[in-house]
Formats: sequence, C-alpha cells, structure tokens
Amino acid sequence: MDILTQIFNLQTLYATIRMATPLVIAAIGGIFCERSGIINIALEGMMLMGAFIAVLISYFTGSPWLGLIGATVFGGVFAVIHAFVSIKYHADQVVSGVALNMLAAGGTVFLLNVFFNTSGTSPAVNSLPYWGPFKPTVYFGLLFVLVAHYVIFHTTFGLRVRSIGEHPHAADSVGINVELTRYICVIISGMLAGFAGAHLSLGVLNIFREGMTAGRGFIALAAMIFGKWTPFGALGAGLLFGFFQAVQIRLQGFAIPSEFVQMIPYIFTVVALAGVIGRATPPAAIGKPFKKNNRS
Amino acid sequence: MKKTILMLLVLLMLTSLLVGCGGEEEVTTEEGLKVGIVLSSGGKGDMSFNDSALRGLERAKEDGLIADFQYMEPRETAEAERNLRFLASNNFDLVIGVGFMQEDDIALVSSEFPETKFAIIDAVVENDNVASLVFAEHEGSFLAGAFAALMTTRNELDGIKEDTVVGFLGGMDMPLIRKFELGYTSGVDYINEVKGTDVSYRVAYAGSSPAAFNDPATGQEIALSQYDAGADIIYHASGGTGGGLFRAAQSRGLYAIGVDSDQDWVASGNVLTSMQKRVDNSVYDTVLAITEDRFEAGIQVYGLESAGVALSPLDRVGVTVEEAYEMGNISEEDLARVKDMKEMIPQDIIDEIEEIREKIISGDIVVPDYMSQN
Repeated sequence: MDILTQIFNLQTLYATIRMATPLVIAAIGGIFCERSGIINIALEGMMLMGAFIAVLISYFTGSPWLGLIGATVFGGVFAVIHAFVSIKYHADQVVSGVALNMLAAGGTVFLLNVFFNTSGTSPAVNSLPYWGPFKPTVYFGLLFVLVAHYVIFHTTFGLRVRSIGEHPHAADSVGINVELTRYICVIISGMLAGFAGAHLSLGVLNIFREGMTAGRGFIALAAMIFGKWTPFGALGAGLLFGFFQAVQIRLQGFAIPSEFVQMIPYIFTVVALAGVIGRATPPAAIGKPFKKNNRS
Repeated sequence: MKKTILMLLVLLMLTSLLVGCGGEEEVTTEEGLKVGIVLSSGGKGDMSFNDSALRGLERAKEDGLIADFQYMEPRETAEAERNLRFLASNNFDLVIGVGFMQEDDIALVSSEFPETKFAIIDAVVENDNVASLVFAEHEGSFLAGAFAALMTTRNELDGIKEDTVVGFLGGMDMPLIRKFELGYTSGVDYINEVKGTDVSYRVAYAGSSPAAFNDPATGQEIALSQYDAGADIIYHASGGTGGGLFRAAQSRGLYAIGVDSDQDWVASGNVLTSMQKRVDNSVYDTVLAITEDRFEAGIQVYGLESAGVALSPLDRVGVTVEEAYEMGNISEEDLARVKDMKEMIPQDIIDEIEEIREKIISGDIVVPDYMSQN
C-alpha cells in the first residue's frame, strides 16, 4: 500500500504533465511537418537549438519571455534550412534531418564556448515564473493542441496541408501552392520544437546543458506516430510517455530490478503500437519530393 | 544546383563534426615537458571532472613543472582515439585520457606509441607505459552517506523534515556509479548501526545510456520525487544531470551533496558539501613523478588517505567557492549564503565524520566496493 501511495499521488500527476509537455509540443510540430509530406527527424536538433537560444537571450536580456520568443523564432529560422533543402532542392529529407541534428549538437557546444567559455553547462539564468502549479509553457502546450486540431481539421489551410501530404499533384492541379504550404508547415514545426526546447531550459530548468534534450525529439516523433498524426493523439501519447516516465522514476529502488523498471515506458509503447491502437498510417506522399510537372 | 546543395550539406555536416576538435594545428614548440589531455564528455567548464583535471595541469604549469599543455574535447567518443593519436604523434611527453570511456582508446594508442607516457583517469589499462589513476569513490561516498544520515536526524538546518530519508541520484546505471551508490548507502547503514537511528534511502538512476549524464530535466524530476518521498538531502553521481538536482534543492529549500569537484557554490546555500574526486591532485602527482623521473605504470589508487577523495570543507567555505566568487560566478550574497549554511553544520557531526574518515584509513571500517564484489 505504501508503494502505491508513493507512486500514485498528485505529485506524480504534476510530474507526468511536466514531462509530457515538451513531447506534446514537439510532436505537434512534427504533425504539421509530416502532414504536409515532409519527414522531420530534426525535431531533436531544433529543440536543442531552441533550448540554447532561450538561455542565451535570457542571459543577455534578463528576460525569460524574450528568451521564449527568441527560441520560437529561431526554431523557425533553423527549420528553414530543412525546408529549403528538402522542398526546393528535393534532397533526401532524412539526410537533411540527420545533418541538422548534428549541426545542433555540435553548434550549441561551439556557441557555449563562444558565449560562456565552457562546453558543459551554461550559467544559471532567469527562468519563467510559475503560473499556479506549472510554468506558462505547460498551458501554452495545451493551447497548441486545441489550435492545431482546429487548424488541421477545420480550416481551409488545414485541408490544403492534408491534401498535399496525401497527393501533392492532385492538390497542385486544383491550384494549391504545394511548395509554399510546405514551407509554412516546416517553419511551424521548427517554431514549436524551439518552443519545446525553451520549455526544457527555461521552464523546467534555468540552465542549458550540452545534449540536454536527451532524445526527447525522437520520443516526440514516436508520440506523433503513436497518436496517428493527430494533435489529440499526440497529447494522449505524450501524457502516456510522461506518466510511465514519472512512474518509472518512483518505482526505482523498490524490489523490482531497475533494468526492468526503466524498460516500462518502452514496453508499453511497443505493446500499444503492436496491438492497441491499430495501424498507424502515415500521409501517403511523405518523404517524396514534389516536382511540379514531373509525376512519378 | 542540386550538387551545390549537396556540397553545402556535406559542408554543414563536416563543420559540425569539426566543432570540438578545433586547434589541431596549434602545437606548442616551447622547450620543456609537454602534456596533452583528452577530456571526457562535458568538456571544459563542466564544473566537475574535466575542470578538475585541467586545474591540476594549470597548477603544474604555474609551478614550472610543465612548459605548456593542450586540451582536446572530442565531441563524440569515437573521436577520442584520433585526438589521443594526434597528441602522441606530436611528441607530447604525457598524454592523459579523462574518463572510463577512453579505456579502449588508450589501450590501443598506448601500444602504438610505446615511448610516450600515458595516463588514464577512472579506468585501468595494463600497458607498460600507462598509469591508471583510479579513485576510492566508495570511501568518499561512505562519508557522504554517513554525513547525510547524521544531518537528517537532526534539526540544525532549516527545512530538515521529520522523516529520516536521504536520496541518491545516479546518472547512467553502470558499475562505476553503483560504486558511489553502495558506498553512500553503506555510510547510511553504518550510522543506523552505531547510532540506532532508522534512516532510509531512495535511489534512482536517470537512464541506462551515456545521455543520462546530460539530462538535468530528468535529474530534477528524480530529485523532486525523492524530496516528495520525505528526503531532505540528496547525493548525486550524475555529471551534468545533477544540475537538475541543484535546481530542485533551490526550489524546495532543501539540500544536495555535490560530486567530483567542489560544487558547494553551484546552488549557494543548498549544497551542504561535495564528495570531491581530486583529479587535479592525481594529474599533478603524475606530472611531478615524470619531472622527478619516477613515473610508474600500473594502478594508482587515490583514496581518503592521500586526499584523492575528500569531502569539501564542512566548517568553512572552500577555496573553490571563494574562487567562484572572485571570478564573478556567484554574488556576494551567494557567498554569504554558503558561509551561513556551513556555520549551521554542528561541530559534533564534523568531528564524527573526521573520526569515521580515520577509521576507514586505519581499516577499522571496511567500505564495500561494488567493483570488486561484482
């Protein structure tokens, strides 16, 4: 009984929400990108960049809010590279994503050296204030879910995004600007990933640490797939991952072997993917470069 | 056009690879002993392991033992081997590898350059030209555990709760970190045994890959969960992940114990003490041994007796904290907070810890070593 009350209490719920937030926000970014037909495995790198820029701006201006805005904007700018390479030049989207991840990993360490003369942890900066039990970024995350759902499923823009992800040539034939729409989607995904990164460095913490996203960008991708490319699905998946992470932390040190405990979130992911949620079908045109007048 | 973009991409990737191993051309040509060092992940400015090693070399340079030293920061573990080979082939007299991750690299490169002297920190490489500098972390952690257990049963410090629980935050779940954990929990058990107290501990690891040393967000969640479970003092052996512990300690007004280097200043007033691995001393000693022509290959254990491991001062502000103040890393208020906190640590506990230290050195207390048990 003691174990149960230690694991299932209000603090666990709070921890779940805190840990789900960056996953959900980045996953929504992934949804925009992939719904338009562009694979985005660079979420991790975009988050990392966002986390760094947020701390950098907060350090120099003293304002975490400017840091949050700056991280969001810069996330979008960083994503332009991905958009440019994969939309304009039809390059392999996975290769471009990997390159961005490497650029972010090396680039942030390089910039840490330039600005703070260290390659490990940045100095502590002003972080976002609490709004009730959580940081503002948590509420924004929930807002993003609602807005993204509305935009994707209830607006003309959303319909266009979905159509170019399924059949860009058909969309093109009815006059939709495929390339422009894809640019917008990739940039939105970068902005959301940058925001998610800022949540980690300025919301959860008040420092930047080399490699601090620690794979969350990839887990966000999993949440996106798990949630079948829908915002509410991503929210559910993110909360599930966050919950198992919170439980995992609390279960460690009890009689169960820690290796097994640490496996729990992943086991549930595999089980859920294999049986519970059914087939996860990606947008039909995903990963295929769009070449006007050149159907294949 | 497509080719241009491809070239750009390749360039992008190359630059990102090059970051971190810059300065390969800057080879010093001065006379005297030249020391090269390849840092571990975290690099310069980790406020921990690497900084400690560099401090040892700085001191050796100030004391005129070496003409100059060069450090390299491999961005990924695969690069360490190349960095080591670069240093060895550029006639550095001593090449140091920091961290267990470089064990295989040092083993390989040291057999390629039998004339060069090597040292590895935190691992054992059995070559005739390699000194393996290892630390008795379990002994230092034992002191940390005994200290935490003594403090949590008292009420001298603000915020200490009724529950007698202490915590341990590990980085990557691996034998070396288990060694810290076992030493720490043995220290708690020892106090329970001699004092008749009932202090329990919560233990959690951030993960099972090296990324678990760079994940302060998870570190903070673990720390909060342990504080929620009644812990008021948490010891960590988790590298950069510990940044999350310090943040949690600050937000809850509770306490942490630092590791590797003196971290008492990182969250001023919330870090009671630090279990220091004096990597600087071991590096300095090795350099000194070379200048005095008595370099020895093989395992060299730095324990409590040789001050290879030690708790940072309990009764006063340590040198590192003062340095941090002088360098502008912390404010005057921060310094005052550390001072106030240290003054609240009761003298009888300080004496007791000193007594335990002596007992470990004399062999009256035998601290279990996870590495030799498994």
